[in-house]
Amino acid sequence: MKAKPYSLRIDRNRCKGCELCVSVCPRQVLDLSEEINPLGYHFARVTNPSHCIGCMNCSDMCPDAAIEIQKRLIRHA
Amino acid sequence: MSATRIRPKKKGRILYRRPLSLVDRATHFCPGCGHGTTHKLIAEVLDTLKIREKTIGVAPVGCAVMAYYYLNCDISEAAHGRTPAVATGIKRCLPDRIVFSYQGDGDLAAIGMAETIHAANRGENITVIFVNNSVYGMTGGQMAPTTLNGQKTATSPCGRDSRSMGTPIRICELLNTLDSPWHIERVALNSPAGIRKARKALLVAFKGQMEGKGYSLIEILSPCPVHMRLSPRDAVRFITEGMIPAFPLGVFRKEGKPVA
Ligand SMILES: Cc1ncc(C[n+]2csc(CCOP(=O)(O)OP(=O)(O)O)c2C)c(N)n1
Ligand code: SF4
Ligand code: SF4
Ligand code: SF4
Ligand SMILES: [Mg+2]
Repeated sequence: MKAKPYSLRIDRNRCKGCELCVSVCPRQVLDLSEEINPLGYHFARVTNPSHCIGCMNCSDMCPDAAIEIQKRLIRHA
Repeated sequence: MSATRIRPKKKGRILYRRPLSLVDRATHFCPGCGHGTTHKLIAEVLDTLKIREKTIGVAPVGCAVMAYYYLNCDISEAAHGRTPAVATGIKRCLPDRIVFSYQGDGDLAAIGMAETIHAANRGENITVIFVNNSVYGMTGGQMAPTTLNGQKTATSPCGRDSRSMGTPIRICELLNTLDSPWHIERVALNSPAGIRKARKALLVAFKGQMEGKGYSLIEILSPCPVHMRLSPRDAVRFITEGMIPAFPLGVFRKEGKPVA
């Protein structure tokens, strides 16, 4: 399997479930969870991590700065 | 661990992380509110320019009244609409500080219109961040000077009627008739590309102030999903389809000269 080049971290306690990140992701990486967080919102979660292209649409769009994105360092053989 | 995380095997390069100038605390803003995005962008720019420790913001009356909870720089509070006057005083007493005024459309274009025009006309070396969300958010969604024609609000329940209520005031265009402003630009938080443009505009404005260039105003078309009576996604669409046609985006004033 191909390595996933990006790692996403969504702060589920900070998320307000506005769904803006979901709406701007070109690769359907994110969706809203069925569960609710302590603020009472259906928080965003990462469901298709391997599809992420690191475009930062979600992190730029998030009004609550709840998304962190890392590009992994891939070691060459 | 409270976050959904895909753990990297190797440490990677951070592409995006919460800016340091943003206090690590949940905001009181409603889901999808553009004030959150605007606070985030200001914090990013303070980080980028490394000016957090010498920046003084002046917060408005409106939903952004608690900016001092969220932005990790000095913040003063002004009476409704008077932020440009307070910012003027701070900047003139402490000219080596970076001073910004943060205002909603009710604050800046209604009760504070006189302060807005005169600070711009004096060419004060301050940065005005103008969050235009087309309503009075904090007080329950009353009509603002920037409410669109036909838009339903608490005080225009049948829609704004231009025959008796006037039409949306375009602040950038209005201030661009003055001789003194250095930079005037309108951006919109309606897409990732729009947000990147807003970040760039704020960077230009703050940098200009650092170089002593003078007055700048960045108008940010911003969602207030609750009082636009829409979901956050539809509020963003309302900006694209309703607000931008009424408030055209772009740079109106560059390097002290009107852009043709
Ligand atoms: C002197 C005075 N008049 C009226 C008010 C009531 N008031 C509080 S916020 C507000 C309007 C806020 O609207 P806006 O500036 O657009 O901010 P938003 O909440 O939409 O960001 C008003 C009229 C007040 N606090 N003080
Ligand atoms: S970085 Fe781009 S592709 Fe990856 S989750 Fe965010 S929006 Fe989707
Ligand atoms: S944009 Fe931010 S607050 Fe909104 S659902 Fe996504 S992670 Fe949550
Ligand atoms: S009322 Fe509108 S402007 Fe105020 S916090 Fe809620 S969404 Fe934001
Ligand atoms: Mg407003």
